Amino acid sequence: MVEHTIEATKAVVTLDAAIPGIIWGWMITLNMWAKSIGTGVILIGAFLLYRHNKETMPNLRWLMPLISFVALNVFLLFTLVDLHQPLRMINIFLHPHWSSAITVGAWMASLFTGLITLLALIGGMNEHQDFQRHCKVANWARSNNELYEKIFPYVVFLAIPVTLYTAVIMAQSSARELWQAPTEMMQMLLAAFLAGSATLIFIADDWKVEARKDLALVLAVSTALGFMMYMGEYFFSYKSAEAEETLKYIHSGGAYSGEFWMAMIFGFLAPFFLAVSSIKEDNKTTLRFAAIIALVGLYLAKDVWLKIPQLLPLS
Amino acid sequence: MKLGFLVDLNLCMGCKGCEIACKVENEVPLSSWRLRVKYIDVGTFPQTTRNFTPLRCNHCENAPCVRICPVSALHYLENGIVNIDSNRCIGCAGCMMACPYGAIYMDPETNTADKCTYCAHRIESGMMPACVVACPVEANIFGDVDDATSHISRYIMEHQNNGGVQVRKPEKHTDPKHYYVGGGNQTLNPLAHERIEGYNLFNNVTHLDHVGDPNHSILDRFIGGGHGHYSNKSLADEKIGAKTKEHETQGGH
Ligand code: SF4
Ligand code: SF4
Ligand code: SF4
Repeated sequence: MVEHTIEATKAVVTLDAAIPGIIWGWMITLNMWAKSIGTGVILIGAFLLYRHNKETMPNLRWLMPLISFVALNVFLLFTLVDLHQPLRMINIFLHPHWSSAITVGAWMASLFTGLITLLALIGGMNEHQDFQRHCKVANWARSNNELYEKIFPYVVFLAIPVTLYTAVIMAQSSARELWQAPTEMMQMLLAAFLAGSATLIFIADDWKVEARKDLALVLAVSTALGFMMYMGEYFFSYKSAEAEETLKYIHSGGAYSGEFWMAMIFGFLAPFFLAVSSIKEDNKTTLRFAAIIALVGLYLAKDVWLKIPQLLPLS
Repeated sequence: MKLGFLVDLNLCMGCKGCEIACKVENEVPLSSWRLRVKYIDVGTFPQTTRNFTPLRCNHCENAPCVRICPVSALHYLENGIVNIDSNRCIGCAGCMMACPYGAIYMDPETNTADKCTYCAHRIESGMMPACVVACPVEANIFGDVDDATSHISRYIMEHQNNGGVQVRKPEKHTDPKHYYVGGGNQTLNPLAHERIEGYNLFNNVTHLDHVGDPNHSILDRFIGGGHGHYSNKSLADEKIGAKTKEHETQGGH
């Protein structure tokens, strides 16, 4: 066809200033990944407590909030250090702008971290009765043991919006059209299920077999659904010029394409099969291996998905 | 009152006078731009045309940057200007992610976001924006689009037939208050033209290696150990298989 051979419609930039490349980099990837763990262990922990007697998972009560506490602090630390003016973070609380998902998320995540700290304190001090015996705070936590069960339902409820709000930030990023709110919300929720089940596997050695099998089931379902959603997004996000251009770029190969497929194969597919085999036959080593590669795969997948839309020239 | 801009691309001759005037007036640091004039060549030699497109913030009436700013550092003024309070900005770069026009940069000296403010400080004292004053062919027209008798409103009305007045990315529903006359898809849509390495103002640099101060974060300072280089591959580079080079030519930060 003549229009293809003479390129009469071709337009080329012949002089311009340099434009920004990646704005949100690895710190934001790490931030999202750690948040998935921090909220995921609570959501999956609640699911296990609903399904099983808590005596069959003796360390869950204090280790679940402790892991969440550590992960949330990693998340908050990287949120803070990624700011160009970290000391002004306080402005989010002094001058909140409620139409921003960043504001709503920061408030919810702070409240969530506060409640998790309380759970970790009560759970930890009651588990270790001899630790800090003369400390007032420790003793207060011991004497208010029943508070744990009272606030736990609220914490579970809050974990859902805390895990989802990053999807809304992505949706508010106009022209990064690969990120659509409904799909990103589902991806965030699945990431929390994946990260939560994978992390709890490391403390489930002494639990009853059924609880461990439940963890394997959640890991299998979340990796399978996560994989399917990524495939759908990767191959069929053609509803806008920006998404199409972003996909054209990653489909053509390059480093991000390699990272993406590595995440899909080793981080989603392989753990899926390993987890399924662990449901049939309880094998702690296999399950741990599946958990490790799933967590690494989740980081890689999030990293690619965060960065590729930012490579698009916006003007 | 709703202040707006119109650039008549038929008049613009790509002299970059506005670009320089803006940098001087607003003390825009090296490697950052509030306004840039992009050259786009269309066609195949010898049937080619060179087009000049000045690009600045659109002062959108429904601005995604204002919506996402967590501390209202980006805010609307009564005259329609989307202004920025750099003393309040926390440097989260949310606005850079949200603006569909890439109009915001992170100032490497203040470590806060910045962009064209329609020269709000000059407007306040009754002056025209610096870029308007500098334009030798009066291609930049600035005024109140709410006032039907203003120069800009009359200009829009005169050229509005047959799609004569355009805005960038109308499908984003940002309602820009920055108009173009004489533009088209190839000049106003960044996905309709190719960015080829090696023909840019900073030769061999199409994308900045950093956003703001490359070592802005405490952690970067801790593990980075100085102003190191890190590669920033871009979609445009990848298209033609070129490599992004060190940004030594920028002489910036
Ligand atoms: S062009 Fe970008 S920076 Fe300017 S008002 Fe619109 S969204 Fe905000
Ligand atoms: S970088 Fe500054 S102006 Fe931009 S969204 Fe964040 S706080 Fe607001
Ligand atoms: S109005 Fe002022 S800030 Fe905006 S481009 Fe012109 S000179 Fe620069």
